[in-house]
Formats: sequence, C-alpha cells, structure tokens
Amino acid sequence: MGNVNVTVNGIEVSVPDNYTAMLAARQAGVEIPSLCFLKDVNEIGACRVCVVEADIKGVPMRNLPASCILQVAEGMNIRTNTAKVRKAVKTNVELILANHNRECLTCKRNQNCELQSLCDELGIDQVRFQGEKRKPTIDNLSHSIIRDASKCILCGRCISTCRDVQGIGVLDFTHRGFQTEVAPAFDFSMRDVDCVYCGQCIEACPVAALTERQYIDEVFEAIEDPEKFVVVQTAPAVRASLGEEFGMPVGTRVTGKMVAALRRLGFDKVFDTNFSADLTILEEGTELLNRVTTGGVLPMITSCSPGWIRFCEMKYPEFLPNLSTCKSPQQMFGAILKTYYAQKMGIDPKKIVSVSVMPCTSKKTEANRPEMEVDGLRDVDYSLTTRELGDMIKRARIRFANLPDETADSILGEYTGAGVIFGATGGVMEAALRTVADILTGKDLKDIEYNAVRGLDGVKEASVVLPIDGKDTEIKVAIAHGTANAAKVLDAVKAGEKDYHFIEVMACPGGCVHGGGQSIVSAQVRLDVNPKANRAAALYAEDEACVKRKSHDNEEVKALYNEFLGKPNSHLSHKLLHTHYAPRKVYECQA
Amino acid sequence: MMTMVDLNGLKAKALEEMESEGTLRVVVGMATCGQSAGARRVMETLKKDVAELGLDNVNVAVTGCVGMCTYEPILEVLEPGKKKVTYIRMDPEKTARVVKEHLQGGKPVLDYTVGHDHAGNLKNLEDLQFYAKQERIVLRNCGTIDPENIHEYIARDGYAALRKALLEMTPETVIDEMKKSGLRGRGGAGFPTGLKWGFAAPNKADQKYIICNADEGDPGAFMDRSVLEGDPHAVLEAMAIGGYAIGASKGYIYVRAEYPVAVERLKIAIGQAQEMGLLGRKIFGTDFSFDIEIRLGAGAFVCGEETALMASIEGERGEPRPRPPFPAVKGLFGRPTILNNVETYANVCQIILNGPEWFASMGTERSKGTKVFALGGKINNTGLVEVPDGHQAARDHLRNRRRACPHGKAFKAVQTGGPSGGCITAADLDTPIDFDNLVAIGSMMGSGGMIVMDEDNCMVDIARFFLDFTVDESCGKCTPCREGTKRMLEILDRIVAGEGTMQDLENLEDLAENIRLTSLCALGQTAPNPVMSTMKHFRDEYLAHVQDKKCPAGVCKALLGYVITADCKGCTKCKRVCPVEAITGEVKQLHVIDQALCIRCGACFNVCSFNAIARN
Amino acid sequence: MPEDPEVNQNRFGTGVGNNTQRRLGNVNDQSKCACSCGCITAEDPRFAELKSYIDSLNQEQGITMPVLQEAQRSFGYLPLEVQKFISENTGVPLAEIYGVATFYSQFAIEPKGRHHIGVCMGTACYVKGSQKVLDKLVEELKVKVGCTTSDGKFTLEATRCLGCCGLAPCIMIDDDVFGKLDDVSRIPDILGKYE
Repeated sequence: MGNVNVTVNGIEVSVPDNYTAMLAARQAGVEIPSLCFLKDVNEIGACRVCVVEADIKGVPMRNLPASCILQVAEGMNIRTNTAKVRKAVKTNVELILANHNRECLTCKRNQNCELQSLCDELGIDQVRFQGEKRKPTIDNLSHSIIRDASKCILCGRCISTCRDVQGIGVLDFTHRGFQTEVAPAFDFSMRDVDCVYCGQCIEACPVAALTERQYIDEVFEAIEDPEKFVVVQTAPAVRASLGEEFGMPVGTRVTGKMVAALRRLGFDKVFDTNFSADLTILEEGTELLNRVTTGGVLPMITSCSPGWIRFCEMKYPEFLPNLSTCKSPQQMFGAILKTYYAQKMGIDPKKIVSVSVMPCTSKKTEANRPEMEVDGLRDVDYSLTTRELGDMIKRARIRFANLPDETADSILGEYTGAGVIFGATGGVMEAALRTVADILTGKDLKDIEYNAVRGLDGVKEASVVLPIDGKDTEIKVAIAHGTANAAKVLDAVKAGEKDYHFIEVMACPGGCVHGGGQSIVSAQVRLDVNPKANRAAALYAEDEACVKRKSHDNEEVKALYNEFLGKPNSHLSHKLLHTHYAPRKVYECQA
Repeated sequence: MMTMVDLNGLKAKALEEMESEGTLRVVVGMATCGQSAGARRVMETLKKDVAELGLDNVNVAVTGCVGMCTYEPILEVLEPGKKKVTYIRMDPEKTARVVKEHLQGGKPVLDYTVGHDHAGNLKNLEDLQFYAKQERIVLRNCGTIDPENIHEYIARDGYAALRKALLEMTPETVIDEMKKSGLRGRGGAGFPTGLKWGFAAPNKADQKYIICNADEGDPGAFMDRSVLEGDPHAVLEAMAIGGYAIGASKGYIYVRAEYPVAVERLKIAIGQAQEMGLLGRKIFGTDFSFDIEIRLGAGAFVCGEETALMASIEGERGEPRPRPPFPAVKGLFGRPTILNNVETYANVCQIILNGPEWFASMGTERSKGTKVFALGGKINNTGLVEVPDGHQAARDHLRNRRRACPHGKAFKAVQTGGPSGGCITAADLDTPIDFDNLVAIGSMMGSGGMIVMDEDNCMVDIARFFLDFTVDESCGKCTPCREGTKRMLEILDRIVAGEGTMQDLENLEDLAENIRLTSLCALGQTAPNPVMSTMKHFRDEYLAHVQDKKCPAGVCKALLGYVITADCKGCTKCKRVCPVEAITGEVKQLHVIDQALCIRCGACFNVCSFNAIARN
Repeated sequence: MPEDPEVNQNRFGTGVGNNTQRRLGNVNDQSKCACSCGCITAEDPRFAELKSYIDSLNQEQGITMPVLQEAQRSFGYLPLEVQKFISENTGVPLAEIYGVATFYSQFAIEPKGRHHIGVCMGTACYVKGSQKVLDKLVEELKVKVGCTTSDGKFTLEATRCLGCCGLAPCIMIDDDVFGKLDDVSRIPDILGKYE
C-alpha cells in the first residue's frame, strides 16, 4: 500500500491509496457532510449527501460521486465547496426532509440529531417540495425499543449494524422505491421478532427512528411519592459514558458526579451495580468450580448480558444448559435489595422501588421477564439507560459539570476493581479468574491483570493453569463480544473444533461500554474516536485506582454472605440469585 | 468429447436434412408474438393436414421471429433451388389451403403472399422495403432455423466460432479481435466490449463469471427476446467464447420471467449443448470447461443495471452498488465478472468467424456493426429492423413513418431509449442514429426501442408516464431517485390536472438536474431524461398546460371540455353513447352536454358523424 | 402537521401494520382467515418438496431467488409460514427474505387468483391505449388493479413491457399473450376461456 497525492479544494495532501475522498478531505481539513455513512459498518453511498466534484488528472468524473465510497487515485482533484455541490447537497437534504416527520422540537433526538445538525450547517431555510409522506407508524410494544417510521431516513445504518455487525438481521429494507421502509419481516412488532434488544441499531440511527422505551416519568413519579423508598443502582459502564451527555469527551469517567447527581435527583439510596457484580463473581465462580470438579456441563457460559441470553434462547437453545444459572448483576441487586436490605433496614419491601441505570436497552426487557421476581416482588421495577439518566439530570436543571464527587451509599454500594471492569469485554472473565485463582491456590495472588482477555479482538482466547483437586489443570477460556462473534465461538464448540471450560459472552461489540443505552456518538465523531476503547480505558483506570481489586475482598459482599445467604450457591442464593432459561419462539402468528 | 471432424460432419448432415432435393421445408414463426397472433393453431393444422395427406417430403419446423410483427402469423415454404414463399397473416383455414394447393399441388397460393413485383414475380419478405436496407448479423438465424434444434444451428456454422477460438486462438487474440471489431455494448451505455473483456482477463481469481443480461426491460424493446426465442445457441456460444477469453468457467443468463418462451428455449438449448459436449467439461478436447445456468428475474426493471443484476443473482434485493469497483474487478460473489446483453453476445460469433475488419466495415465512425431497433407505437409497420448503426435506412424508416402514422395522423416525435431516453423530433430526424449522436440531442439509444408518437399523444402525459414507471421501478436505495422522482411525478400530476404553476416548472428542472447529477446508478441518473427532453422540445405543450390550462393533444382529461356546436343535427348518437347521461336533447334538436356530469371520456366526440362536438 | 401516527395496529395484532395492512385492505375475500398463514399448515407436503429443492441447491451460491420462485410456484404465494420455513432452511434472516420478497413485483405475499392477468403498460402499448384495456378489465372483473376477484379466479395487474410491442396493446394471461386489443369488446370473450 502506497500513498497518492490528491488535491482537496486546492489543498494538496498525500494520503494512503486505500483512502476514500471523504477521508482525504478530512486530512486536508475539510469535513464532508454525510448521513448514511457509518465507518466500517455502512458504506453504501446511498444518501448522496457527501457528493463532490472530482476529476483525475484533469479528466472530470461523471456526475457527482459520493465521497464516502470514492477511492482516491493519484492526481485526483476533489472539490467540495462549489456552487454545484452546495446546491446538490442542499437539494438532497431537502428531499429527505420532504419525507421526514419534522417535529424537531418534540423529538427525542432534538439537538442530538445528525439530520438536524446538517440542516443547520447547510443553512436550509425552506423545504421546496411537498407531497406524499411515508405513513407514520409507531411500534412501542417492546419493553426496549421503539420504532418510528415517520422519522426514518432510510440510511440503512441500523440494518447493516444488526445484520453485519451483530449477525442477526432483524431489520431490513422492505418494498421498494418510494414505498421502501426499514422494518422487521411482515411488519411484526419489535416485541415479537428475533431482536435481542441490544440497541446497537439505536446507536447507529442518525435520527429518532429507533429509540429506547423510556421510563423517566414513572421514575420521577416514584421519587415524588413519599410512600415509596426509591433506590437506584448504576452499572459499571454508565460512569464511562454519562459525561458525554453533557458534552464531555467520549470515555470521561464521572463516577463521583454521577452519584452526586443521583442524590440530587432525590433517590433515597444511591447504590452501585458493581456491588452485585462482585456478588455475581462469587456465585458464578463457585458454580464454575462445581461444574469443573463434579463433571457438570461445560463450557459454562456467562449470563450477565440479557441480549446474549435472548440470543442463546432463540438461536442456540442447545447451549441453554451451558449458561450459568446466575441472574445478571442487575437482577441480583434487585433481589438482594428487596430481601436482605429491606429486612436489615426494616423497610417494607413492597414500598421499595428498584431503579437501575444501565448502558443497555435489553436490561429493560430482562427486568420485565416474568421469572425475574422473588415472592411476587419485581427484582427491578424500572431500568433506565445512560441517556435517560442524562435526560433526568437535564430536566432537574442540575449543572452536572459543577457537581462535587461523591461516593455511593452503604451497604450495597461497596465495590472492587473486579466489579468495575465488568463493563468492558473480557472484564467478567478477568474478574472471575482473579477470584477463582485465589480460591484454588489458596493464595492472595498479586499478578491479577489478565491482558490476554482484554482488548477489542472479536474472539479472545486464554488459558491458565490452576490446581484442581491437587492436580495442575489447564483452564481454557474464551471471550466473545457482539452476537456475531458469540455465534462463531458456539459454532466452533458445536463442531468440536474448540474445547473451553468457560466462555464470556457480551451481546454488544466492546461489551457494556458500547451498549445500546449509552450516549450516542455521531458518525462524524466516530471517524476520529473509538468509544469502545475510550470507555474501556476509563473502567480499567478506575480498576487500577481501586484498593481492592478482587470480588471476594468486598467487605459488604462478605457481610451479605455472613448475615444472610450463608455461602455461595446456597439454597437461599439459588432462590434469590439464580434463574432458568427456555427456548424462545418468535415470529409467531397470533391471529 | 467433440472433435473438429464431428462438427463438420454434423453440419453436413444437418444441411442435408434441411436442404435435400425434393424436400419442402415449412417453417412457422413461433416466437411470443407469432404465438399470440395465432401461430400455434396454424402449426397444429399444418402438422395435422400434412400427416393426413401423407406428404413425406414436407419437413415442418418451428422458427423464431422474423421481425415483422404486423404480418404474424407467418408461414414460409422453402424448396431447394427455388425462391422462398412467404405467407402472411395465416390462420387454420388459410393453412389448410396452402397445404393442399402448394405443398401437395405445388402451386403457391398467391392470395396469402405479400404480392408481386412489377415483373410479375412473387415477392417474399426479403423483397419488402422493410427488409431492403437491413443487414442481418444479430438476427441472421431468427425466422430461419428451428431454435429448438441444435443441428439447424450447427448447419448455419453454429459452434464453429467457439471451435475456432478454442483451437486456433489464444484468449488474448480473442480479446484483441473484439477490440479491433469496435463492438460496443448494446444494452444502452455503449461501452466497448473488447475493452471490458480486457479488463477482466488479467485479474486473478479462483473463479470468474460471464453473465448474459437478458433482463430486457426498456418498454418498447424486444430484440433480445427475439434473439433468445429465435437463436438461443448464438448467445450460449458467445458466452463460452467470452468465458475462454477472460478465464471464466461459469456463466449465468439472467432472463426476465415475463419471457416464458425464451426461458424454455434457453433450457432446451443448454441441454442440447451439454449433451453434445459443447458446454461442460473439456470442450473440443481442450482444457477449457464452461457451463451456463439460467436465473430468472422477478419483476424489477432496475435489475437491468449490472450491479443490481448481480445483487439479484446473489439472492439480494436488486439494489445497485457503487462503481468502482467495476464488475470486471469485483463482480458477482466478489469475483471478476463480465456482463453483456443478449444483442451484444449475438454479434460475437460472427466477429470471430468473419474477422474484426468485416464487422468494423459496417456502421459509423464510432459505432461499428449493426443495431437492432424495435419500431412500435403509432406506425403501421411495427417490428424489428437491423441496420448498420446510423445508417440512412433507420432514418428512412422513421421518415417514411412521418407520412405513415396510422389513420393519417401527423408524426410528432420518436421516443428512443425508454424511460432513460428522450424524444427525437422531426427536426432531428436527419441526425444519424448512433450512441453518441443520440446522447448529444438529449436522448439515448438505450436498447433500441423506438416508439413513434403522433399528434394525439400529449408529451407532458408521456413524460408523466415514464416518470410513473421510474417511480415504480426505483429501487429506493438513494435519495435523489427515491424521493426526487416521486416529487417530479407529483409536480407532473399537478400539471396534467391543470394545477401546475410556473414555479412547478422551475422545481421540475431543478429536481431533474439534481437527480441526473447525484443518483447512484444509471437508472436514476437517466430517469429525468424523458422530462428534460420533452421540456426542451415541447416546452409549448408544458406552457399550454400550466398557463392556458389546456392540453393541445386532447389527452389530459382534467383539461378537456366537450361542447356541442351548432353543427349538431340532433341524431341522438352522442346521447346514446354517453356512459353517464350527461347529454340531453330531442331528436333533430341541438343537444347539450351538462359539464357538471361530463366525465370527459370522449365517447361522444368519437361517435359524432357531423364533427359537431368540439374539444378544448 | 403530520397525520396522527398509526400506533401498533396490524394484522397480527402485534405490530405496526403499514404496507401489509394496506395490501390486506385490498384483498376482497376476507372470509377464510385474516392471517395469511392460517391456510397452510406445517404438515403440508409442499414443505417437504421445498426442502428437497433447497437441499438440491446446496452447492449453489445465492439461492434465495430460485427458492422463492419455487415456493411461489408451489404455494401460489409467499405467506409468513413459507418465508419462515425458507429462512430456517437457508439460514437467511427472515427480514432479508421478506425484503427480497417485497422488492420484486412478481412475488406475492397475499394469495393470488388462479389466473394472472398482466396488462402491458409498456410505452408502445400505452401510446396505443393500454389504459383503456386496463379500465375495461377493471370494469369486467370488478376488481381494482393489483387485486384478485372475489371468486379467486383472476388477479389483475399492470405489468412492465411484455416485449410484444408489435401487438400493442396487449395483455398476458398466465403464459399466453393476447394482442391488438384496440377493440376492448374482445376482452369478455378472452376472459370466458378461463375456468
């Protein structure tokens, strides 16, 4: 691969020959607008908003090519700011607007919308074309994702994400021409299709055609209600993204401000899901050891990610016995909150409202699974996304950047570094290894950073040698993030090509830090910033800053066992903290 | 395994069967057009009567389309050493008479032929003006051989070109000859075929593909169907030659499902070629293997665009993909691929056999060889003509039509290139018809459909018709085509409804320019052509619709009104024919149309014997 | 102001009907079942045939189109159950199958009549009056374009150019072409030939 010399608006630059005109322009300091383009995911040249004038060594290219897919060539001369280009781009955006529900002021993506910004940048002051519009339909039946066809601009970013990145393909273009829509097969609701609710489509959507189902009003109402004791837990990955809602750089760690904001919002107690992440490690680690020593079903696979659980139930039901029976940290937290904590504090559990803030849209559906309750009380009443928390803080007029750093309440607020890294791919595995290794060796090991399980490779493998029943045994593990990678690992296991003891799966690429509930990073910003890496770095930094970095060192978790549960995988643990799975049918005709 | 000798032997044997002394060969044109005109019943009668009369020397065969649609069903009698006799507009009764008097009695039935010349000699099809200046390369076997019989194809030098290429030429020389011939793709864009093959040849890949684009979609063009129905082996052989040239061993023919007869004949042809070892492994004993699979379209015009066609073969929505990368580099299933249309392939074997110089000697400076045009619309003689590109003959055909629109109507324009093309007006008829010249006058050759319009056709309505087509057939992938054509259509809808404004005309032009400049594929880029072209040549008609709220051609219903003039004799004919009882009046009294009830169907206008109904 | 959004109403009672519902609104015969899949059960022997067809294409790439065409030939249309079956047996996501099925005009999601009438709307036919032919068929069959007669006999559609421009205006019933229909009074006789 060599470099080529190109000219962008008169500025000469030398760029790698596999660059597109858009990237070359960027290097020359010119930002070409785009809508359908999403780096490495959706490069289809469909919206025609990034068109440019170009010639190669003086020979003009036919018409106006789309710069997002136009590969550079030696002597290419790109012009982005001619009257012809400006007029064409403006007309195409007008055409999109003519078929777009322009209720911007009341739109969820108001001021966070790529189309809206584009209109502003292009100085669009009128829409010359009127006529038929796509029929406005709203699907809000699922607990997680709302689809609003009237906002859709048919860029296809959600489709590519779901089909190519996640390997599922819930959404696709249907019909053709002006009738084209993005929808599930047969116009099924998102509730009834093979969607895992990972929300990656929401992250990809430049407008508000796909959004999360919100529970902000319900939570505010509960807080207002003096009869209710409203408790909030925040997942590890939230602290690495929440700041972005307030204009901070991607991956800014805002743990202390987040806690402060939650207090100011009026939650009665502010706890941390990291606590139940540590708890999960004790339960799950114990389960793994039991399976290894007693000949249980292996490989055992993690169960923290509800998107992954749903994926397994729908696509790989033969692996259900491999899933850890542990509930996810969100659900464990809720179950402990309404039993142990309620008892200990003398609060009627019926009055407790359990709220979670998650980087995740699938958690909303998980919280609503019928079995996720204890004695008729829901583990989690409302699951919010990082974005919703951001909205609540804005609505409460809290100046987030000016908040002091505070720490979570006791007795469900302590956490170790192991709980923090749950939010990044490989984190659960690393946390589990830290604890399992200590248990098996009976030592307090110092070498606790397992670098082989970190990073953004789609599938990671590692092995550690640990003494089991006095014999050195090689424990083989694998980590997959993104459902497409999960499928790869499972297929390999199924085919007998791979043999593992323990597999960590996260439904979202990058793990929870890049979950579907996190702050949305625009396509233009993604050209320069990798949110997965930045946010993971924030979590590993917090881990390093922790004095205690192993789950079994968590004093509050120890107290929970001493005072209430007994030991990991005890009878009570099983009742409160473990669950079961069943194959799931979708696309069922309910007529 | 087939050797050279085998092919020659087969050819001799087939010729013997077709042209042996004392044998009468009777062929019936059984392409789709012939069949729908009634050729099947003609064939049945022919076979039955020949059998009943025990005429052992009569050899009955099916053949493809001769290209003269108006004369279908056509039956021809060939006798070695004698002039061919053509019978036109046949039916079972006429057939029975021909069998009896001509086949049995030896005397041609003059009543059903195309007539005599001045010297009193019987004329056949080749003697007609329609044929006079035609040069048949693409259509050389259509209407001559039985497309379901590979032996008849071999008798006409079939598979000799493939043999020559495989045994006497290198892939490079094949490509060189194609380049030298100057053959340009006949699908619309006119890209030089040899150049295209040359791009694919050097690319290394585990598999390459040859595709035949038989998704002939331009409304008004049907030459590809005629070739597939009349001479399917010519396409198969050319694809194999292409495969040899670029190093591909697999071919696909993507054919419209709307062409069942063509599909059937292709299947038969492929089967026969495979059976004889002319397709399959180690053809002519060489190391070259090549096979062909048929894929059916499913009703999407955009699949005529090469990248959309490949997406369709791959099992996806027929959405065009950005180029580059071009198919020759990264095509079907990501492999180097060559796509040509049926008519292009139909030239290949003749170029190989007769040499590139022969081919290049025909046509214009930049368009070599011939081009098949499909004449349709408001002309008396509809059909296919094959003429050297830009040849005077094509213009003659059109100029003749100027006086030859049916019912003595005045010629207005010829539409070429279908929904991607534009209009040629009377003033432009002197322009030689080739790729570049048509583009220069705002139309395009497209695949060669030519629809003649007369004074009764409203050009705004025609533009609206094409845009309606494009909106319906747009794949919906890119913004300008999906949204822009729809807005253009809505503007045209307003104009033909009498609600158009001058601002609408301005927006229409803006949109047209934008769609042309920024659409992803050729379908989108050319979609505004019918509008741009009619706005350029017939701006007065647009202004009449917008400013005067009138449709000069009397087509746009909302702009029409019918009134009965003083010439009314009170015959009551109009009153009786009116479907909505909008006309009142007593016998021998002046009748009146109630404008509130009138639906402007024009029934009264058409029926009045006294020209007493005025349309405005 | 945009129209009121149509929230969560479709034929399945579970989703958001849009095109599907619009199309359903066109089907005349609602008597059998409101859902298109109810008429075809999993035991239908045609599924086994389809399976063996799919298996026979095992070595081929890009089989979606041939499989959909075979399924349509066999079942007459492509309801949910059939598309689900194809998705499960080819590994292509259902949404993609549906996307392909709704892209091409020859695939039908709703049942079709026993005979398919395509009125050519190619240019040559249009300039020679195919609109009148279409109007006449609408009148004779008492259906809208794109719909099926109440007795399930005919489905009437406007089609792309049939390539029989010499016979303009023309129509195609199943695989037969009828041309030169300038005189629309011939149409009832033609229709009469079909059972």
